[in-house]
Amino acid sequence: MSVPEGALVSVCVLLRDRDVLHARRVAGQELEKLGARSVKKTRFVTAVSEIGRNAVMHGGGGEARIYSQVHPPCVTVVCRDKGPGIADVDAALCDGFSTAGSMGRGLGGARRLCDQMEIETTVGKGTCVTMVARL
Amino acid sequence: MSETETSTVLSILRERFDAILDGWISTQSDEGVQRTDLFSHKEGREQTSSLLRAMITGIAEGDTGSRFDLSSEPWTELRTVLVDVTQERSARGVSPSDMASFVLALKGPIFFQLQELLADQAGELVEEIFFISRVIDAFAVYCTEVFIAERDRIIEQQRDQMQELSTPVVELWDKVLTLPLIGTMDSARAQEVMENLLETILQRQSEVVIVDLTGVQTVDTQVAQHMLRMASAVRLMGAECIISGISPTIAQTMVQLGVDVGEVTTRSTIRTGLADALNRVGYEIVHKAKQ
Ligand SMILES: Nc1ncnc2c1ncn2[C@@H]1O[C@H](COP(=O)(O)OP(=O)(O)OP(=O)(O)O)[C@@H](O)[C@H]1O
Ligand SMILES: [Mg+2]
Repeated sequence: MSVPEGALVSVCVLLRDRDVLHARRVAGQELEKLGARSVKKTRFVTAVSEIGRNAVMHGGGGEARIYSQVHPPCVTVVCRDKGPGIADVDAALCDGFSTAGSMGRGLGGARRLCDQMEIETTVGKGTCVTMVARL
Repeated sequence: MSETETSTVLSILRERFDAILDGWISTQSDEGVQRTDLFSHKEGREQTSSLLRAMITGIAEGDTGSRFDLSSEPWTELRTVLVDVTQERSARGVSPSDMASFVLALKGPIFFQLQELLADQAGELVEEIFFISRVIDAFAVYCTEVFIAERDRIIEQQRDQMQELSTPVVELWDKVLTLPLIGTMDSARAQEVMENLLETILQRQSEVVIVDLTGVQTVDTQVAQHMLRMASAVRLMGAECIISGISPTIAQTMVQLGVDVGEVTTRSTIRTGLADALNRVGYEIVHKAKQ
């Protein structure tokens, strides 16, 4: 994906569950500053929660960068890890697909919850997911 | 012993230990960072001299030149003393900037002694001052890091305490329990909450449990999975589980996530959840006047 729109607001390390909470809180605050409605915010925060936790759980940890832009208003979160990568992205996006014995709804659900989501992944190198919420 | 760019400093520290110690302590008091209100003169002197001794060890055995590295092995003793002193001082209310000034106050007496010894060797004087300055600056930075680490530890501790506080299981009526969840649910916390709940069901012989999500802002797959697991464990114990407090926003988000609650009873508010629960154990809430 091209350069994220807007200015970099925050860089959050993602090593533990707790870090995911912090990253998603920052993303929610940025949306609030732009005047987003509560549904929009909850949806995006949930998407960031899913992708962030995937980076911690499957990607061995990574980093989330949060960007915000006023005109046109949008918040972008880029979540990057240097983990094993996803061999079959289409399969991973399917509901119910999980290599961890959990629900397997995170990736597909997150894509439905944001306005735009792109996954770049290379096996053995890592995964980078870009999520955008537009107002 | 390794190559050192601060050999004069080392010999000064060894040979004029007491003079430097006195100089350091009096600079501290001149700059108002001695804090005799918090530390007795004796305590302050002991801390200061143990720092100075550890510093001698570091300079004697480690690098002070371009390869100076405070995190290397020869500086272990100094780091340990700095951590002790910083923690002790921060516990008594000394600020990070006072702590840094306290350490930096060592420069004066050392520079003064160097100037006396190397009066006619300008090149060497500058070099020694340059390198020992870097070493002492690094001490001050390290103290600040210790301060921050200590604060982080306290914040984390408080967060854990808050989490413990916020998982009460309340008996609302005979056979009816409620569990108001607040904040976030990670796996460790979910496990704790579940154990607590199942234990109470057994003790109180409860038949209905209301798990209330009003205080939970984000329901992602992790939270949903914990909820559903909790509901099936409750059912395995022969009780019924009602999940209440599913706001319209959360309902929409869960649908888009693709979470299916299956057989689990859900209610939008704790109020409807409560009426439902009482009903199931044979009670009804009626208005007195209309009786
Ligand atoms: N960052 C990542 N690095 C490596 N593999 C990943 C990453 N993100 C997702 N995957 C793979 O894609 C699968 C599907 O992810 P998804 O988030 O949909 O489900 P899940 O994490 O297994 O379960 P949950 O429903 O709790 O999120 C994962 O099981 C994992 O194999
Ligand atoms: Mg996931």
